[in-house]
Amino acid sequence: MSAPLLSLRGMTKGYGPVKANQAIDLDVAPNSIHAILGENGAGKSTLMKLIYGVEAPDAGEVFWNGAPVHLHSPGEARRLGIGMVFQHFSLFETLTVVENISLIVAGTKATLAARIRELGRDFGLEVDPFAEVHALSVGERQRVEIIRCLMTEPKLLILDEPTSVLPPQAVGLLFETLRRLRDRGVSILFISHKLDEIQAICDRATILRAGRVTGNVDPREHDAHDLARMMIGRDMPPPLHPDPVEPGEVRLELSGLDHAPDDPFGVALQGVSLSLRAGEVLGIAGISGNGQSELSRLISGEVRLSEARRDDVRMLGQGVGHLGPGARRALGFAFVPEERLGRGAVPEMTLSDNSLLTAHGQGMLRRGFIDRVREAEFTAACIRDFDVRTPGPEAEAGALSGGNLQKFIMGREISLRPKVLFVAQPTWGVDVGAAAAIRQRLVAMRNEGVAVLVISEELEELFEVCDRIQVMHKGHLSASLDARTTRAEEIGRLMIGADGVAA
Amino acid sequence: MSGMSFILAGMLAAATPFLLAALGELVVERAGVLNLGLEGIMALGAVVAFIVVYHGGGHPAAFAVAALAGCALSLVFGFLALGVRANQVAAGLAVGILGQGLSSLIGNSYESLTVTGLAKWAVPGLADLPVVGGLFVQDIVVWLSLLATAAIWGMFRFSKLGLILRAVGENPQAARAIGYRVIAIRYGAVAFGGAMAGLAGAYASTVYTPLWADGMIAGRGWIALALVVFGTWLTGRIFFGALLFGAVSLASLVAQTEGWAVPSQLLSSLPYIVTIIVLGIITSNKRLLKVNGVASLGEPFGP
Ligand SMILES: Nc1ncnc2c1ncn2[C@@H]1O[C@H](COP(=O)(O)OP(=O)(O)OP(=O)(O)O)[C@@H](O)[C@H]1O
Ligand SMILES: [Mg+2]
Repeated sequence: MSAPLLSLRGMTKGYGPVKANQAIDLDVAPNSIHAILGENGAGKSTLMKLIYGVEAPDAGEVFWNGAPVHLHSPGEARRLGIGMVFQHFSLFETLTVVENISLIVAGTKATLAARIRELGRDFGLEVDPFAEVHALSVGERQRVEIIRCLMTEPKLLILDEPTSVLPPQAVGLLFETLRRLRDRGVSILFISHKLDEIQAICDRATILRAGRVTGNVDPREHDAHDLARMMIGRDMPPPLHPDPVEPGEVRLELSGLDHAPDDPFGVALQGVSLSLRAGEVLGIAGISGNGQSELSRLISGEVRLSEARRDDVRMLGQGVGHLGPGARRALGFAFVPEERLGRGAVPEMTLSDNSLLTAHGQGMLRRGFIDRVREAEFTAACIRDFDVRTPGPEAEAGALSGGNLQKFIMGREISLRPKVLFVAQPTWGVDVGAAAAIRQRLVAMRNEGVAVLVISEELEELFEVCDRIQVMHKGHLSASLDARTTRAEEIGRLMIGADGVAA
Repeated sequence: MSGMSFILAGMLAAATPFLLAALGELVVERAGVLNLGLEGIMALGAVVAFIVVYHGGGHPAAFAVAALAGCALSLVFGFLALGVRANQVAAGLAVGILGQGLSSLIGNSYESLTVTGLAKWAVPGLADLPVVGGLFVQDIVVWLSLLATAAIWGMFRFSKLGLILRAVGENPQAARAIGYRVIAIRYGAVAFGGAMAGLAGAYASTVYTPLWADGMIAGRGWIALALVVFGTWLTGRIFFGALLFGAVSLASLVAQTEGWAVPSQLLSSLPYIVTIIVLGIITSNKRLLKVNGVASLGEPFGP
């Protein structure tokens, strides 16, 4: 191997009692795409933050092109030529795309906008430079993050789970981009939980478990099963493909719902119809930004309709279009939104208090007072049953690793024993072992007679858990397709609108 | 002079103390810091400026000293809120009370003394227009405040500095992650806000009503704070809010001198009521609030 571009020796970082990184050694070669693999909470993001100068290590040395360097700030890291795309977005929502980018790249808005369009075309990362970020879908925001990074022309690019929210076509394009970047002399540190992706583009993989390096391999020489075992320390559970059961009564129904969002950049829904019965899983496939977030807000009650249109959304036999989220939850509805920080959980609050937010009906209130014991029990049960890696119920939600927070939120909502469960991106950023466990839980819920609605961009996931699939494209929802008989290509075509279907 | 032309002639000057203080607070809040000590900082600026003018130091020196004093006092707040991450509401209130106490102490022997204000400067031609002519006869500070309004509007709209301030106010964690020194930027904003509040106080005590009386700021700092919120953190709206407030206070004076059969208490509370109603209507647009509001306002932030 040629002299490494970046070497870490003995990098150590603790957060209080949690030893996120312990004596980590890492060498990144020039012109290499280097994977960092590990379970949720293994310390991958922490290590990347140390390299990018966001966090300061407790101990350890960094060498850049063989010379020792001290990375005290992201500005310094950028000057050396290190760029990073964060797992939790670091965009400013009230600013436009080009304004966000101009915060770290010099140039006038016009020239920046032109370069954003150019990079967008070259790399399949198209965004409107003048759109305000709060109006963008999660997938679009990620594109902005990646473009922002590429515009600083880095020599080492860190991508923390860049593909978890990209549609399959965009992943292909991104990989094309990454290969092209590598051929131009850029090294890439790539974090992903998708082992096939790592095998497709990485030439080196370092595996972390509980803050330590447990392996350093060429991923092309090992199969996905081996890698998963190295990562989670045990064998993977097999995929499910559940048997059909006879569905019960209709629990959630939209009939020809039209909705123009308040947000001028939002997607208008046109004639969206779906009907979800007890004891079945309905999946909504589609590339993010095609109306899924508008639809999810209408179903959750975050966006309300007028009293007159209450029957446009029917839940458990009742028109609920005009009701807010609290009233819908009181009927037996539970919801896991795609943004886990801010919408699914309050980052500054402890896990216990986050439980209280939606589970207060589970005996946590007594005459208006909070029953702290009950609250802690409920939270501890979620942590245990869903294998959330955290010091305990008193940990702040924002301090959990991405995947662990997702597991916690899933656990909290499932523990509410809902009649209708709605989950957007259930395994986004969750490691392979935990993702399999979450899917199993979804199917178990269905078998118990819960009506489950899942929005996901991952077709494999939908095929694994769903009975039926509908595809969202440009605000239209396709007719229902049987997940057991439909082929993936067919859904893929609907996702990009190749059939020209509407409703 | 008719009531209308009286109001037109006087409203800019009446609005200036609110405007200067609110513009400074706008910058502070945009950076995510809530400084509730405005009233006390204005009082300190007012008293030091008055003393300088009284002893013949002249207005330019008086304004400079007031700005420095405001800056210094706001940095005390800055140290509490940013340096040791105290609760911003408590720190702001404490510093406000400190400022008011200091101003009474320093101004004790100047109670009820007067000085001469500033000469007015007329826009040639426009000043001779009927009715609206008075609008174009103003002292230099008014003209400069109008310039400052335009400058701050332009800063937030077009400049990198404005962008950085907004970014720091919206998401300090992300701003830090991309390499901005959040605390330093916030200190800068707080110092600027303090200087502007000092100037606002100086204008009140040496130009608008050139006299010193303890408690003469009389809630103007609080109104300025309210204008920032009701103006949804937009420079133009804050300007119109200040102007509206100035105009309505003059209108209630006109009504009183013309002997309308309205209780004077109601008339004196009119400016507050009108400002709250008008700006309240503007603020009811939720989307605007979401887009323009400052997400991290008042939250402590540290590495
Ligand atoms: N700011 C923080 N304060 C306290 N603990 C933290 C903080 N950030 C991370 N941790 C802890 O450090 C450990 C490693 O977290 P890290 O985010 O690096 O995991 P990860 O490997 O990126 O996981 P994921 O795949 O879920 O993103 C976790 O146990 C996490 O709870
Ligand atoms: Mg991570």
